[in-house]
Amino acid sequence: MKARVHVMLKNGVLDPQGEAVRHALGALGFDGVDGVRQGKVIELDLSESNRDKAKVSVTDMCEKLLANTVIESYRVEIL
Amino acid sequence: MRAGVIVFPGSNCDRDLAVAFAQAGADVSMIWHKDVSLPDNLDVIGIPGGFSFGDYLRCGAIAARSPICSAVVEHAKRGGYVIGICNGFQVLCETGLLPGTLMRNSEIKFVCKTIGLRVESTQGAFMKTYNSGQEIQMPVAHHDGNYTAEDDLIARLDGEDRVAFRYLKNPNGSAGDIAGVLSANKRVLGLMPHPERAVDAALGGTDGTALFAGLATVLEDA
Repeated sequence: MKARVHVMLKNGVLDPQGEAVRHALGALGFDGVDGVRQGKVIELDLSESNRDKAKVSVTDMCEKLLANTVIESYRVEIL
Repeated sequence: MRAGVIVFPGSNCDRDLAVAFAQAGADVSMIWHKDVSLPDNLDVIGIPGGFSFGDYLRCGAIAARSPICSAVVEHAKRGGYVIGICNGFQVLCETGLLPGTLMRNSEIKFVCKTIGLRVESTQGAFMKTYNSGQEIQMPVAHHDGNYTAEDDLIARLDGEDRVAFRYLKNPNGSAGDIAGVLSANKRVLGLMPHPERAVDAALGGTDGTALFAGLATVLEDA
């Protein structure tokens, strides 16, 4: 079973990298980009075959390592 | 004073930190990250600057979950001294020994220069030899030194006299110009500037010497 974790900065946390990307898009002539937020996608191959158990386990991984919950939020998808 | 310096793959200030501890009179052990226990009777643990594990995932994130870090957390919980410098500060935030986190510098650029700091707290062994409000110079060299925490935490750090140093001119967007943070018991210090690169007049000044000297004084009196 595969899982996909999306890690994003929480709303309200300034994202300097996203801002740099937004500026670069403007420099390339892409007008009208009001905001860019940059995050991470992490894909996991799991031996677990029970979806609920996989979700619990991956959520625990997010809390303990994959996301820094001071500044980041995460979303777990079981594929 | 018995000091241990943790060495991760990608640490690059470990030897400088060992020299700074030794100059203050410490017996220094270098400790590999895969070790599961610390040498006996260590007084202070240094977590050095560098790019542990290539800054993969987040700066300090992998190092903070390495086998030795459980022992470092135990040492701190027993009231032991810990100093984390630059990447070491990032590691301490990732372990939860210090609150908040260090984000990418607000200007995106890697900042590498000697910079002015103001001493805020003079509590605890690391800070006692400085004078409150004293202005000093130390080198900084980092890409992710933008200290970030919720507003109420920043206020609490101020209220509990846990801001060790502030930047005179903020180089990285850090909340409240914070350059270094102390634990509640003042025995864990994390800071982005490099005191270990400021212990020799020929190399970067000597304003870091007081930090190691203060620690040595307290530990030798104990």
